[in-house]
Amino acid sequence: MVRLPIYMDNHATTPVDKRVLDAMLPYFTEKFGNAASRNHSFGWEAEEAVDKARNQIAALINAKPKEIVFTSGATESDNLAIKGIVEFYKDKGNHIITCVTEHKAVLDSCRTLERTGKATVTYLPVDRYGMVDPDGVRKAITDKTVLITIMYANNEVGTIHPVREIGKIAKEKGVIFHCDAVQAAGKIPVDVERDGIDLAALSAHKIYGPKGIGALYVRSKAPRVRLTAQMDGGGHERGMRSGTLNVTGIVGLGKACEVAQAEMAEENRRLLDLRSRLQAGLFERLEDVTLNGHPTERLPGNLNVSFAYVEGESLLMGISDVAVSSGSACTSATLEPSYVIRALGVSEELAHSSIRFGLGRFNTEEEVNFVTDRVTREVNRLREMSPLYEMAKEGIDLKTVNWKAE
Amino acid sequence: MAYSEKVIDHYTNPRNVGSFAKSEDNVGTGVVGAPECGDVMKLQLKINPDSGLIEDAKFKTFGCGSAIASSSYVTELVKGKHIDEAMAIKNSTIVQELNLPPVKIHCSVLAEDAIKAAISDWRAHQGVASGAPAAKKAEGA
Repeated sequence: MVRLPIYMDNHATTPVDKRVLDAMLPYFTEKFGNAASRNHSFGWEAEEAVDKARNQIAALINAKPKEIVFTSGATESDNLAIKGIVEFYKDKGNHIITCVTEHKAVLDSCRTLERTGKATVTYLPVDRYGMVDPDGVRKAITDKTVLITIMYANNEVGTIHPVREIGKIAKEKGVIFHCDAVQAAGKIPVDVERDGIDLAALSAHKIYGPKGIGALYVRSKAPRVRLTAQMDGGGHERGMRSGTLNVTGIVGLGKACEVAQAEMAEENRRLLDLRSRLQAGLFERLEDVTLNGHPTERLPGNLNVSFAYVEGESLLMGISDVAVSSGSACTSATLEPSYVIRALGVSEELAHSSIRFGLGRFNTEEEVNFVTDRVTREVNRLREMSPLYEMAKEGIDLKTVNWKAE
Repeated sequence: MAYSEKVIDHYTNPRNVGSFAKSEDNVGTGVVGAPECGDVMKLQLKINPDSGLIEDAKFKTFGCGSAIASSSYVTELVKGKHIDEAMAIKNSTIVQELNLPPVKIHCSVLAEDAIKAAISDWRAHQGVASGAPAAKKAEGA
C-alpha cells in the first residue's frame, strides 16, 4: 500500500533528510552562538560548525572552503553573482550572455540591469531539447562581455547544458562564467575545476536540506573573481555578503552536501530506474505522449511529458493525491504557458499539456506504479471529455482549424 | 489555489459530457477558445424549433478544472430554458455559482460565449432549413 499523498515534485523542493535535521538541531538550542563572536566558546563552536559545512560544500563541487559564500538561497546567489559582477567590472565592459530558459532569478536580474542601463544582454536560444549551443556562446562574446551566465541543468525539463565546453570557451576568452547549479549540484557530478566555472549558485532545499540557505561559489584563483556586495553591513563572508550567518541552515546545507556526495552514484542508479519505469509505463499505456527535454542529457529524477488533448492543470486536479507540476498557463497568474517549454519550440497547446514529474530520494517503485496508473486513468478520462481528442480521432488536423479565440 | 467544492464536484462528476450524433437535427454547436490559449469548449444544444426551448445539452472541454466545471454547469443551466433566456445568461451567474476566483473568470466568459455560439449556429441552420425564427416564449409580467 502506498501512502497518500505522493510527493513527486522534487525540483520544486525536497523534504529535509532526517540525517540533515539531526545535524542541525543542536545549533538551535545549546550551540546557538554567533559565528562572528571571536572571544568566547559559543562563538568558536558556531564558527567551527560553519567551517565544517564550508568544507562539506566545497568538497561536493571540488572548490576550496574559502570560496563558499553563504546566502539566503539561490535567488540571492544569482542576484549577487550577476549584479555584483556587472557592478565590479563596469570599467571592463557591460555585456552579459545568458539563455532563454534560465531561472527567473537569472533572467530578471539581467532584465533589471538592462532596464537601469547597467548592462546589455544577449539571450541565447536553445535547441528542441532545451540545450544551448556552446558555439552560440562563443559567437555572442564581444570585447564588452563581462559575464556568461548559463545554468547547469534546467529545473523544468531537466536538460543538462554542455557546461564544460562553455567553461572552456569562457576561459579562452577571459570572460567570467557564472553557473546556476541549483538542480545539478548534489544530483550529478559538478566540478568547478573540470567545468571551468567561476561562480556557482547552490541551494540547500533542493538537496534535502532546509529552505532559506544557499551559497555562492566564488573562484579565488585563476582567475580571482571579485564582485560588489549587494548588501551593506558587517562585512561577513570576505565582504561579499554581510549578515549574521545562519548557522543552523549552514550546518544543514553542509550535511546535505555530504550525504548527496556520498550517495550520488547509487541514488542516480535508483532514480534512473524509477524514471525509466515511469516513462515506459506512460508511453506504453497512452498514445500521443511526447517527451519534453533531452532524451539522455537530463537530470536522473526529471521526466517532463506532454499529454496531447489534455490541459495540464485539469490533469493535476484529477490526480490530486499526487504532487507534480505543470507548465500549463492555468497554474500561473499570467495565463501564459511555461516559457521554458515554449523555448524548445513545443506548440502552445502541448506546453499547456505538459507535466513535470520530479523523482527524488524518497520515492519508491510502488509510488511510481501508483502514479502511472493514476495518470493513465485520468488522461483517458479527460480525453473522453476533450473536444480536441474527438476532433483528432475524426481525423481533423487541429492546426488547420480556424479557432475563434477572444 | 484551492478549488471550490462546486468546481470539484462538476470536475469529478461532469454533467452531460459528450456529443450528439451527427445525424441528429435541431442541434446547434458552439466551439469557442483555442488550444494555444489552453481552453477549448464545445457546447451543443438540442433546440425544439417550434417552442425555442433547449431540450438537451452536451459539452466537451479542453481546459482547466474551472473551464470543465463552467461548461458542465452551463449544460444544466440552459436545459429547459428558452433560447432568448439562454442568450441572456451572463458569465457572472457562472462565477457566482461556482465561486470562481478572479484568475478563472475567463472560463466563465468562455462558457457564456459557448452558449451564444451554439444558439447562433442553430439559428443559422434554422434559417437555411425553414427561414422561420423560433417563436418567442411569453415572459412573465
